[in-house]
Amino acid sequence: MAIADVKEYTHLTEEEVEQLGRELDAIRAEVEESRCDADAAYINRMIRVQRGLAAAGRATLLAGLHSKKTRTPAWIAGASLLGVAKILENMEIGHNVMHGQWDWMNDPEIHSSNWEWDTAQPAEQWKHSHNYVHHQFTNVLGHDNDIGYGVLRMAREQKWHPYYLGQPVYNALLAGLFQWGVALHDLDLEAIRKGKKDPVEMKRQLRQIGRKGRNQVIKDYLVYPALSGKQWKSTLKANATANLARNLWSYMIIFCGHFPDGALHFTEEELEDETRAEWYLRQMLGSANFEGGRLLHILSGSLGFQIEHHLFPDLPSNRYPEIAVKVRALCEKYDIPYTTGPLHNQYGQALRTIMKLSLPNSMTSSDKPEPPSPSIDRGRRTDAERPTRRTETGAYYRKQTA
Amino acid sequence: MTPRTLTWGGVRTAGNKLTTPLHPDDYLRLLNPLWSERELRGRVEEVIPETDDAATLVIRPGWGWRYDHRAGQYVGIGVQVDGKFQWRSYSVSSPPRRRGRTISITVRAMPEGKLSAHLVNGLEPGTIVRLASPSGDFVLPDPPPAKMLFLVGGSGITPVMAMLRTLDRRQTMPDVVLHYSSPTAERMIFRDELAELESRHESLTVHRLHTDTEGMLSLSGLDGLCVDWRERETWACGPAPMLDAVETHWERAGLDERLHLERFSLELGGDGGEGGTITFQTTGKTAEVDGATTVLEAGEAAGVGMPYGCRMGICHTCTLTLVSGTVRDLRNGNEFAQPNEQVQTCVTVPVGACTLDI
Repeated sequence: MAIADVKEYTHLTEEEVEQLGRELDAIRAEVEESRCDADAAYINRMIRVQRGLAAAGRATLLAGLHSKKTRTPAWIAGASLLGVAKILENMEIGHNVMHGQWDWMNDPEIHSSNWEWDTAQPAEQWKHSHNYVHHQFTNVLGHDNDIGYGVLRMAREQKWHPYYLGQPVYNALLAGLFQWGVALHDLDLEAIRKGKKDPVEMKRQLRQIGRKGRNQVIKDYLVYPALSGKQWKSTLKANATANLARNLWSYMIIFCGHFPDGALHFTEEELEDETRAEWYLRQMLGSANFEGGRLLHILSGSLGFQIEHHLFPDLPSNRYPEIAVKVRALCEKYDIPYTTGPLHNQYGQALRTIMKLSLPNSMTSSDKPEPPSPSIDRGRRTDAERPTRRTETGAYYRKQTA
Repeated sequence: MTPRTLTWGGVRTAGNKLTTPLHPDDYLRLLNPLWSERELRGRVEEVIPETDDAATLVIRPGWGWRYDHRAGQYVGIGVQVDGKFQWRSYSVSSPPRRRGRTISITVRAMPEGKLSAHLVNGLEPGTIVRLASPSGDFVLPDPPPAKMLFLVGGSGITPVMAMLRTLDRRQTMPDVVLHYSSPTAERMIFRDELAELESRHESLTVHRLHTDTEGMLSLSGLDGLCVDWRERETWACGPAPMLDAVETHWERAGLDERLHLERFSLELGGDGGEGGTITFQTTGKTAEVDGATTVLEAGEAAGVGMPYGCRMGICHTCTLTLVSGTVRDLRNGNEFAQPNEQVQTCVTVPVGACTLDI
């Protein structure tokens, strides 16, 4: 079901919700005050390690080609190093830097306004579609384009259509081609289909995607293979493998953020006069964590702390574990669900929802805790139709194109 | 067939294809922090104590640095303190040398200055710092005028020292009078070097004034110190009250054309605009600030995702559109009041209420 009023749903009084908001504000203030050398060292170390892995991966691939004996082990090692480097670059570094988590360091080289990541979507478009639209309107049907990414039916309230029978296939394609799916995300194909997209803006975005995508393709599928001479095919395959691994991994992690059972959807009524505290509450109810060791969390861009990330998207990711302890305690205190579980569990639930919702609601039962509300068929909102943005979602800055 | 020259820059540009969206420099700087042109940076080679509270930092700049500063100019230096880069400007005290390998800046620890104290006492040789290109109009003309007067207070000596060292190195010391005020003899930066310069150049005269015991320089007594001050091209650098007095004195004499002033207003603040309320239109945030807080600082403090770069008015990365109201440029007092004017937020302060498009 979709929630139209979180206060009513959680049985918290208005004062209790505001009190919770103040407690969360205090956590935020405490972390902001205590950011220091150790945090700066963390992101610098991540960047060093990532670039080291990427360079090592490329070098291993090229060096291993010369003898038949080393070719296969070098291929495996090189592709793995490169894959891990790409995962780290996209998740713990790119995603978090572009949220403005490291802007406080005043370092133009690690700043949300300058960062460009190793994936097909231009950073600027990502900052709009993700940082602004998704983080502000988290899980609000019609407002948050991340619900199903315009491809999948991920909420029972979304009207069923025979098209969705192919959902298992679309899902597999989305997983494998994730970076290209993401690249098109901010274009908003639905708005284009409905003729609601500004053609000037569309052209500008397409050019930007074209430029970015071309450079990415040239690097992985032309230049490095060309440097490998006769063995170009082997390098090309290794690069494709690394990209595929990164696509599958980031797809899986991202689907664990809001689609496991327990993560709720909301209707736009909830947005009316929503206070900051209610926004916090919506983030907590709409997100889901997964459990794991430090390494798993780093490789997933700290998105195993999705709840904490959605409450404080621009606080440094290395602080999420300590924030999580406090947020969890607050959830217990206020009797709010804190959705978490092992990674396979969380993804398994998301996958089950994908499969189930390819069929009409009458043929399936709901995984969500409450009975379904009437179905809605609202199109996506344009920026003008969305309420004013919240700035705690971090930096989003689009250069003026007068 | 024409031979094509392979330049280092060309190689790095070609390397972009291999490292996109990063630059080759992003990898090279991991081998050596100075091997990057992405941001100008330097390594502190030496920290030379000058007085109890002042030190000269000898810095080896990395790639992209041009040793073409003019004597008297200042550079920006960015140092990471508690994880955060803090920027200040300091005069380059070393003379320009095209084949130079290092530059030096001389820093005096200010009583309230967290960063200056850190630079003087806490900076280890080997520290990597960020640099901003030399800038400023307080420079020595080439060729120098025949008669010069320097009026200097405290650490105002640093840009003047660069000029004197340049004149000394070129062996072109004209008729120079230097008036140097400092609370005590011990607090005089470069006092030994000045004595040595004085002994080597007959045309250089140095007046020393110890203000703790002898009181402040009185400009009405200038005729007694330097009879022909009206005929001299004058450079003045020091505390704001001293510079205000000098400026008025020269204006009254109708000689303001011959006066060059260096104000460290960006560090000291205080005499910028009157302050006011800044509204950040898109984000809906507002900030109430005094006349010494820049629009950029105000925006950052209010949690607006402000674009920024050098933080000293050079790179224009921080430029935003002024929707309404007035801002004043701290460097020259110019006011921007037209709607849709582009303003550099890092060097401007609000004059009354203003609105910016972000």
